[in-house]
Amino acid sequence: MAEDRQLREFTCDPKFRKVLVTDGKTGAGQSLVKALAAAGADLIWVGHSEPWKKFAGFDELKALPQVTLLPLDVTDSKNVREVAAEIGGKVDILVNNAEYHRAYGISNRSGVDTARAEMDVNYFGLLRLAQEFGPAMRGRGADGLASATAWVNLLSIYALANFPPHGTFSASKAAAHSLAQCLRAEMRPAGVRVINVFPGPLDDEWNQLLPPPKIAPAALANAVVKALREGVEDVYPGDVAQEWLARWRDNPKALEKELST
Amino acid sequence: MSALEQLAKGLAAGKIKVVDLTETLSPEFPHISLPPEMGQAWPFRIEEVSHYDERGPAWYWNNFSCGEHTGTHFDAPIHWVSGKDLPNNAVDSIPPERFIGPAFVIDCSKQAAKDPDFLLTKRFLLDWEKRHERIAPRSWVLMRTDWSKKSADPVAYQNYDETGQHTPGPDTDAVRFLVEERDILGFGTESIGTDAGQAYHLRPPYPCHYYMHGAGRYGLQCLRNLDQLPATGAIVVAAPLKIRNGSGSPLRVLALMESK
Repeated sequence: MAEDRQLREFTCDPKFRKVLVTDGKTGAGQSLVKALAAAGADLIWVGHSEPWKKFAGFDELKALPQVTLLPLDVTDSKNVREVAAEIGGKVDILVNNAEYHRAYGISNRSGVDTARAEMDVNYFGLLRLAQEFGPAMRGRGADGLASATAWVNLLSIYALANFPPHGTFSASKAAAHSLAQCLRAEMRPAGVRVINVFPGPLDDEWNQLLPPPKIAPAALANAVVKALREGVEDVYPGDVAQEWLARWRDNPKALEKELST
Repeated sequence: MSALEQLAKGLAAGKIKVVDLTETLSPEFPHISLPPEMGQAWPFRIEEVSHYDERGPAWYWNNFSCGEHTGTHFDAPIHWVSGKDLPNNAVDSIPPERFIGPAFVIDCSKQAAKDPDFLLTKRFLLDWEKRHERIAPRSWVLMRTDWSKKSADPVAYQNYDETGQHTPGPDTDAVRFLVEERDILGFGTESIGTDAGQAYHLRPPYPCHYYMHGAGRYGLQCLRNLDQLPATGAIVVAAPLKIRNGSGSPLRVLALMESK
């Protein structure tokens, strides 16, 4: 079935496809790479910023036969342009999981530097990638069996309603969500699907102070692969995301009030 | 002939050579990175405003952003807590004559090649003085390690492992000797930081920052081409940008030397 031409057109099955995962340094990134490899992706480019700092899991990633590591920093326009020039014409699925995440909202932190860094990675990073990789992917929307097919954005359920304890991060994800809608509109005519992923808090170091439940990186990765296989546009993986989504759909104002207490 | 006339004629005749001790500012050039829970300096980033195109038909220009401590840069005393209350401790208030001074180049390149954690000691400096001359007051002491030859390879230049960064620098006694017994203007290195990569293990942590800036002296880092300078006799021109109350700035560092 995975080789059925029509089904491949309707969905975004990673099998036989070439994928770029923009950040391999995080647990979520590494789980995504492993899940995509297991799903039969042909080749996976994995970005890592600040290449002088070897990260936990580097050797394991490097050992995967599908994986090619490359320095990629979504805050550096020149670097994004050069990486797009090198591989942009080959990428069938782009998974943008590059993320900058720190706790706190407005009054628990002084200055705007952290909030700016969040915007620079989470919002402008997406914009830079979309400007540099978007055109080539649009041009390859019908490029045979292994065409450009999907663009995945790791957003957050906080993109729908601000979670004040992580308030500036929420704002950056809301901005990214809005831009992802613009990207979706621009990619749709070419047949490249934009998949937005809205997880609840991930089980990672920047959510250490939050109580469970938190979504495991592997569960997030499996949800992304499932969405690609099924051709789903919006994904809300995990219990927290599902609960927030239900409350948000029911009454966004009530959710806002509940989150502010 | 006045000294300045001689200088102008020497420059025109090529008798005085100008050596550029500066790394090129680019997004690729390695930047300082602190542990992720701390505030971070902006790395160098650049965006085109226009390039003789629809954004500006006849002109090319860029916007850039970076922290004060980016690329080849100057450290002012106010950068460190030990120098925070000194007079004239910021880049805009340092007397401009301090930006020009003789250079004493201490060649540690063999030692640094063998040991990336090489620490320059007082004993090493005294031996150097025996072979050359006494380090003069109000001079720049530049630690030549040839580390800058790695700058095209960010991994080798930063030289991180699981215990942190491994780059050469001075030890505590060497810094105190240069400040207290030689009254130098400042200390310059080829790596990121006037202190060694592992200098947070020294006492006090980061002794070059602590004592140099605590005594109102300066730092230069990410220098290059120190291997082109004579051990003594060159003059360094290192004027930082005039940022109000600035703790440092990227700058162009030039050395003047007599050609042989």
